[in-house]
Amino acid sequence: MFARGLKRKYGDQEEGVEGFSTVPSYSLQRQSLLDMSLVKLQLCHMLVEPNLCRSVLIANTVRQIQEEMSRDGVWHGMAPQNAERAPIDRLVSTEILCRTARAADGEHPTPELEDGSLQISASELPIVSSAQGQRSPQSSLWEMDSPQENRGSFHKSLDHIFETLENKNPNSVEDLFSDVDSSYYDLDTVLTGMMSGTKPSLCSGLDGFTAAAPPPSSTCKSDLTELDHVVEILVET
Amino acid sequence: MEEDIDTRKINNSFLRDHSYATEADIISTVEFNHTGELLATGDKGGRVVIFQREQEVLVEEQTPDVVLGSILRVLKFSLPSLQSKNQVHRRGEYNVYSTFQSHEPEFDYLKSLEIEEKINKIRWLPQQNAAYFLLSTNDKTVKLWKVSERDKRPEGYNLKDEEGRLRDPATITTLRVPVLRPMDLMVEATPRRVFANAHTYHINSISVNSDYETYMSADDLRINLWNFEITNQSFNIVDIKPANMEELTEVITAAEFHPHHCNTFVYSSSKGTIRLCDMRASALCDRHTKFFEEPEDPSNRSFFSEIISSISDVKFSHSGRYIMTRDYLTVKVWDLNMENRPIETYQVHDYLRSKLCSLYENDCIFDKFECVWNGSDSVIMTGSYNNFFRMFDRNTKRDVTLEASRENSKPRAILKPRKVCVGGKRRKDEISVDSLDFSKKILHTAWHPSENIIAVAATNNLYIFQDKVN
Repeated sequence: MFARGLKRKYGDQEEGVEGFSTVPSYSLQRQSLLDMSLVKLQLCHMLVEPNLCRSVLIANTVRQIQEEMSRDGVWHGMAPQNAERAPIDRLVSTEILCRTARAADGEHPTPELEDGSLQISASELPIVSSAQGQRSPQSSLWEMDSPQENRGSFHKSLDHIFETLENKNPNSVEDLFSDVDSSYYDLDTVLTGMMSGTKPSLCSGLDGFTAAAPPPSSTCKSDLTELDHVVEILVET
Repeated sequence: MEEDIDTRKINNSFLRDHSYATEADIISTVEFNHTGELLATGDKGGRVVIFQREQEVLVEEQTPDVVLGSILRVLKFSLPSLQSKNQVHRRGEYNVYSTFQSHEPEFDYLKSLEIEEKINKIRWLPQQNAAYFLLSTNDKTVKLWKVSERDKRPEGYNLKDEEGRLRDPATITTLRVPVLRPMDLMVEATPRRVFANAHTYHINSISVNSDYETYMSADDLRINLWNFEITNQSFNIVDIKPANMEELTEVITAAEFHPHHCNTFVYSSSKGTIRLCDMRASALCDRHTKFFEEPEDPSNRSFFSEIISSISDVKFSHSGRYIMTRDYLTVKVWDLNMENRPIETYQVHDYLRSKLCSLYENDCIFDKFECVWNGSDSVIMTGSYNNFFRMFDRNTKRDVTLEASRENSKPRAILKPRKVCVGGKRRKDEISVDSLDFSKKILHTAWHPSENIIAVAATNNLYIFQDKVN
């Protein structure tokens, strides 16, 4: 349960569908929270400016999760770790996400590696280090103190985010960082620019969000065509 | 209740259909004026409705209330600690005094965005002549409205006839002096000032200064100081916008002037901090004079800790000695002389702590509840879900949960305290956490400045409760 500190265990994760019948692991919960937060950042009212306070709070939550995942060493674009997972695991329904854990409460989460069924394989480690060397796309959205020039465009970063959410090919990690450019994005234009143009399928996909497993991000990605990109960039500037 | 329904059919002009809540009717702000004679509400459709209290009447026996249709429910309640067998007084009840459209929807062509007409805040000015003045604001524009009564009209114009048509000057053979004749009372609202184009972000607060010459408006990142007479300029007194917007991690959530010291104000942030600033220190008050923050409780840390610490409302006590802040789960009272922690913390609905994930998903965790002091600063009140609102007596440390709903209250009935059952056996009359209705939230409440009269906005209904005892 997120509301209290939860002692995390790597070996705790269930395989595939079986995970729904028991308490999901901390990693799964955290991952789902991250996914949900990213989708929330995308979800904006079509015509009205988004609530800046809400966006900032969600972004701070995303950053917290990322930092924790980085400390754990699992922040590497998410894809390789879940190579064997069914896509249904990526966005877990609320009921599962918020199911009370039986772990002791009051404990601050500390990293703990166990000889569980799931380990970070040796082949994934180089990707981890390279990911941490560069900036992840999410953090480029809300750059805190990046000394590097890896400021991806908001659209492209989110594009990559959605790609990785559904793409379990480890090569996608390379795609993540191949396309960063140094264009500067003001949060104003980012948040307001997102409103221009309609993205009906994104929101309709999210209507089913509370019930369901299939990631709405799949529909979102197909909508962000090249033409939309260009139009949105033009309108923002 | 039957009496209610009958009267509703008669007073058609006030009827609203209760099978659905019209979005435009959702009340977005409630505020008593400085005497408590007037009560203003703003709604999502940009309208302002002002209620006026009628003169107090003392009666021996109970007479049927004037039921004002479905907008208004007037009930009596008694705080559990103030039971009394006194005779029932017929207190002055609130009737609609004026209704006007304050803000219209606008479109920002530059950003291709709509600007909502929803009234975020109303603040009254103290009365200085026969007219009433209030400030109302939406996301971008503040307006000063004058509400005045007219009960006489001039008659006997020379150049116009009785219907107002121009007369042919050739037909005028005599001159007369127009005279003022009494007419039916008319209350008219006119916009006297429009303070526009000063906010890039959404205005969340306005506050009238105790000098009655200036006021401030606060948006997510900046606070501006205005003079009532000048609409084309304002002073920026707080600016927390980072040079690089990607570094933004904190926004302003509420701001208020000190009730007596016109140089002092506070503003709260999304990180749960309050800053007190003195305008005498510098023109730009980016450096605070005092900084109020409670150290985080490490045992309660979670990914939602920051979100639930975000302060949604900050209010000075009437004395000016304390400030009260509302975050998602608690209300805190701070002494201005002690910055490192609040002096009192009240749990509003701690049973939600284990539901934060669900509340994050359905966005309820971002609901901005307001909080109010009573006239003597001894009781504080705030809203919750399921149309519940809570009151905390600071002296006796007792608290009560009440519900604002038509089903559970008859006119002039005493409100029954409610209880939420947290787990285990649910007693009769208790409500379990899982059956709370999170769409029924009480975000806006107001307390009469000197008496025990409260106004509670429950979505599109306004409830006014009066204390049974003097």
